[in-house]
Amino acid sequence: MSAANWRGAMNVQAPRAVAPESPRAGVAPPPPRRFSNPVRARHVVVLALLLAYPWFATPFFTFQIGAQALALGLIALSLTFLGGSGGMISLAQMTVAGLAGYMVAIFGSAATDGANLGWPWWLAVPLGMIIAVVAATFIGWLSVRTEGIYTIMITLAIGVGFHYLAVQNYAVFNGFQGMQKVFPPTLAGIYWRAPVPFYYLTLAWALAGYLFVMYLLRTPFGIALQGIRDNPRRMHALGFNVTAHRVAAYAVAGALAAVGGVLFTWYNGLVTPGSVGTGWLINILIIAVLGGMRHPVGAFLGAIVFVLLQNFAIDVFDRERFNLVIGVVFLVIVLFSRDGLLGWWAALSARMSTQRGGTPWRAASGRSYAR
Amino acid sequence: MTPVWKGFGALLIGIPILAFTAWGLQDNPRLFAVTLLNGLTLAALYFIVASGFTLVFGLMRNVNLAHGSLYLLGGYLGFFTAQVTGSWLLALAAGFAAAAVVGLAMQVSIFRFMPGQDLRQTMVTIGLSIVIADLLLWAIGAQVHQMSPPAWLDGPLRGLPVIRAYSTYRLSLLPMGIAIGVALWLFLNRTRVGMMIRAGVDDRVMLAAAGVNVNLVFATTFAIGAGLAGLGGVIGAVELSMVPGEDTRLLLTSLVVVIVGGMGSVVGAAIGAAILGLAETYGLAYAPTYSVVFTFVILVLVLAFRPRGILGRPA
Repeated sequence: MSAANWRGAMNVQAPRAVAPESPRAGVAPPPPRRFSNPVRARHVVVLALLLAYPWFATPFFTFQIGAQALALGLIALSLTFLGGSGGMISLAQMTVAGLAGYMVAIFGSAATDGANLGWPWWLAVPLGMIIAVVAATFIGWLSVRTEGIYTIMITLAIGVGFHYLAVQNYAVFNGFQGMQKVFPPTLAGIYWRAPVPFYYLTLAWALAGYLFVMYLLRTPFGIALQGIRDNPRRMHALGFNVTAHRVAAYAVAGALAAVGGVLFTWYNGLVTPGSVGTGWLINILIIAVLGGMRHPVGAFLGAIVFVLLQNFAIDVFDRERFNLVIGVVFLVIVLFSRDGLLGWWAALSARMSTQRGGTPWRAASGRSYAR
Repeated sequence: MTPVWKGFGALLIGIPILAFTAWGLQDNPRLFAVTLLNGLTLAALYFIVASGFTLVFGLMRNVNLAHGSLYLLGGYLGFFTAQVTGSWLLALAAGFAAAAVVGLAMQVSIFRFMPGQDLRQTMVTIGLSIVIADLLLWAIGAQVHQMSPPAWLDGPLRGLPVIRAYSTYRLSLLPMGIAIGVALWLFLNRTRVGMMIRAGVDDRVMLAAAGVNVNLVFATTFAIGAGLAGLGGVIGAVELSMVPGEDTRLLLTSLVVVIVGGMGSVVGAAIGAAILGLAETYGLAYAPTYSVVFTFVILVLVLAFRPRGILGRPA
């Protein structure tokens, strides 16, 4: 660890670690504690655009592009949170999301040969999410024993292992067919899978997830997590339980992925072994890296680009060559930007202005996405 | 771990295995013996593929997630070479050479420019694996390709004790795996380049300071590691079939083998391959629905007690 990194870690942690203690010490008046960035004009504009989007977009754009990007973005957000603030790249986030979808289908209703319990949605959905979070915690407990590339390999092995389990197991996961016709409930007289209601449903959850992550990064837990990302040994020496923080991060990311997974399952109307296969495990990584992991918004940026490519790249190229296009785009991003689209944006804005912010995310901007 | 715990662990693992062996031999000795051979021959194939993976990782800390794609590439090229020339040995050479050239190109044109950034290198290999897999699908299509074994290894071997007859080719995987393992061991331990590679594993910077062209050593290692994947592809093309998706399967296998055996250790890869091959085939023979779960339980147990694998060393 170089001196610059030491200083970087110091700058990130020192003011935050002290701030909650100062009122007790009674030396200086406590600085006003902020839980969010000040609301700026661009936030209002983006929110207004998001809210108004279905009014000027066609149902295709509302559902296939908007809702899908938001649901995928939420799953990718869990990886951005883990990787960006925890320094752990887990490829098993889609596994957690898929598991939540599977559980909702198994406890709820789907068109299978009677393997479903048919419980009401208010029981099936929370239960599915709890199971997914427990699984995510277990995956975290297994993989925090390792670091960096080891984490990638172990989570990939776990994810692919679950995929093969879902393919081979007919008693619970209904084998290759998976769960067909998994739809959101009709509630308050609204069919929630219709384009506009489903768009607002995903938007609400995506916004909630985004704001939750933004808030969490300012809590003592979030600050400690970022400290652990930058220097686990130092944090350990300071008395933080490194393993517990990391496992907790996996649990939080699991909850985000579970919500995204249920929404994505409802969007597709089905969950099959294919939706937790290697392709999708890696697609989530592609989305997160494409957008950039330095800020939670990167996950949604990446998801929008990914979904647009998925829907329109096939018009430019051969219909079957989507993987080639996305692979090349991913390669270009990884080779030429240290931090996805956000990295390019940061390089651009740094060139235009020398103003420096003080958020924890920006303080870590000199780093690559995870170390 | 203290000796007491080690003894306890050995008992915990050893007793069920012994009990299962006794039951299997008593219940149906032929099935047990055939499964044992199946497991060992599969392990030999896994070892050939995974040894390249672990060799590259050991020296360069580069997790080559395109290893499965190189396996498939080698398999396809071997298949077409055998179709044109009719020679299985030429096919082996072609598979090895094709994968080695692609691996060399990857090292020389990309990874050389990002030394030490292992996570970024891993991302690049993920991107490459997607691109290579799709290019192969484009060029060759999704139908199943299967190579026929060479005439002198074709057909069953009869007159064996207990198991009576067994596929000659499948049995020949075992000496092939052992030969490659021994060759790799000799190469690493008895040649000058092998010495450089081992020195590089221990301390890259010192090796460079000693006047060795590290980039050349890296390129050689990457070519050999990738070539082993291609070689495994040709050998596996007879026993397993070649179809899009096999790349992921073999990649997962290599991952589990080196995680269990310990990253960067060739002997560890052999141990990991033996454990995984035996677990998979015994699982398939005795509990078909849950054979995947066995692999998984092994992974979890090893990670729980030896996070760096059985023969792993701190990075």
